[in-house]
Amino acid sequence: MNSSPETAAQPAIEMRGVTVGATGNPDTTVVEDVNWSVAEGDFWVVGGLQGSGKTDFLRMTGGLMPPVSGTYSFFGGAMPIFEEHRLKERLRLGFVFDGGQLLNHLTVSENVSLPLRYHRNLGAAEAEAEVRPLLDLAGLGPWADSTPGALARTWQQRAGLARALMLKPDVLLLDSPLAGLDLRHCGWWLHFLGQLSKGHPWLGGRPMTLVVTADDLRLWRGRARQFAVLKDKRFVALGSWERLEAAGGEMVNELLAVAPHGG
Amino acid sequence: MQNGNARTLESPQAPLFWRAPLHRSYANYFGRKLFEFLLTVHGVGAFALITLGVLLSKLRSSNRVIYPLVLREVSRAGLRLLPMFLFLAAALGLVVVGQTLTWLGRIPAVMDYLGTIMVVVVVRELGPLIAALLVLARIGTANVVELGTARALGEVDALEALGIDPIHYLVVPRVIGMAVGILSLTVYLILGALVTGYLWIFVQDVPVRPSEYFNQLAGALSGLDFVLLALKASLFGYIIAIVTCYHGLAQPLRLEEVSHATVRAVAQSVIACVLLDALFILIYLLV
Repeated sequence: MNSSPETAAQPAIEMRGVTVGATGNPDTTVVEDVNWSVAEGDFWVVGGLQGSGKTDFLRMTGGLMPPVSGTYSFFGGAMPIFEEHRLKERLRLGFVFDGGQLLNHLTVSENVSLPLRYHRNLGAAEAEAEVRPLLDLAGLGPWADSTPGALARTWQQRAGLARALMLKPDVLLLDSPLAGLDLRHCGWWLHFLGQLSKGHPWLGGRPMTLVVTADDLRLWRGRARQFAVLKDKRFVALGSWERLEAAGGEMVNELLAVAPHGG
Repeated sequence: MQNGNARTLESPQAPLFWRAPLHRSYANYFGRKLFEFLLTVHGVGAFALITLGVLLSKLRSSNRVIYPLVLREVSRAGLRLLPMFLFLAAALGLVVVGQTLTWLGRIPAVMDYLGTIMVVVVVRELGPLIAALLVLARIGTANVVELGTARALGEVDALEALGIDPIHYLVVPRVIGMAVGILSLTVYLILGALVTGYLWIFVQDVPVRPSEYFNQLAGALSGLDFVLLALKASLFGYIIAIVTCYHGLAQPLRLEEVSHATVRAVAQSVIACVLLDALFILIYLLV
């Protein structure tokens, strides 16, 4: 899934005047007038409290639903992509759902290998050679033959990450990957995403573009490079951590867990 | 304005029909049901055409993933139900021949038509319909629950995010599996019923030899019977798979809505099968 030279200069994600509808009810808007540009290799964290519309925003960004209005282009092509002949373009984007959203009738190994097998028409044995290293990378080796129901949510989330990485996409969207994790797992995710952003050996050293949603921005300090905030249907792209802190105000302070009145 | 209308309708000058109690409620109720019915027909029809399109255009695409799923569905909707169907086949043969001999046994000419009666009742009518309804009960309901749960838990979104067509991955194997399963089970059900039918004749000491019985069967069957039987059984499978998959997959569901979707899917599948059966009766009458 390497980017072609002619698309290298184009932003990975570009939104102009985009309005996002709620999942299952597009008449209800959750975010309005988004103007946002994500360059290749960026590492964005979109902060927002629970119920602020982070998941709907990310689902729209992932092409799972169209914007209510405005234009959204992905490497210069209109999103969402439903056409069969643009599938290759579509697969440049990976999505990690909150909780993994694995297929419950498949084992972890089968879940992770599914995109590879489906898109390259491989048998289970042929895919195994490529799946096993990724499972080991995500620490999922011991649970390869377990079904998702037998796994804790933290490991399901990791399996979701492994599945999204199977086809080595250029852009990875992650919905609240640190929600409900203990410190050990948080550390693993932050370290691994940092490696992906800088160029993980699994990707052949190519830096991956990352967009992550979070309800607590403190953990991402020094890890992510750009920050944006969602509140009251507004999307504000702030940029670096310093600009985030400088922006202050109730909108940002809530996400940095700063007590009101500077307490 | 409403009061004015109400007074006009309730006045003694208004025709009796308009003054009947709750007539507006009835009209609203039936109107709503009619619109719901038309919307469902529209939705199921569109879903059937989309599935057919995907089935034909992606017949060989990702076959190393899809074909094992098709085999699993054929096994689930066919092979695993075989013991139950053989039991039912025995019961069906005994009931049809037993009832015929009980009620019409005093008419000597009936002995010349036992095979014909079995063909008309079992081969043309009850065999395919019973097979379809039993597969609906055993597998169709499971389809709605599985797909409805997958949809509610976001598994369908996950497939879309991976660039995997949910119709191709989830629906096409079920459609093929159910069509092949119902066709195969119908054949076994009919064969079983015809054989046990003769067993009952033998046990009751009815003066009909095996050769006579099977000659009657052969005489009553035509090439058209085989063609229409195959078409009917396959279409039953296609329709049941489409209706059950539509209710599980095509509409956003929450977990608590899955049971209602299952009930709706079963009711609509039964209606669709009976209507299709009626269509085939017309074809038999016209040909």
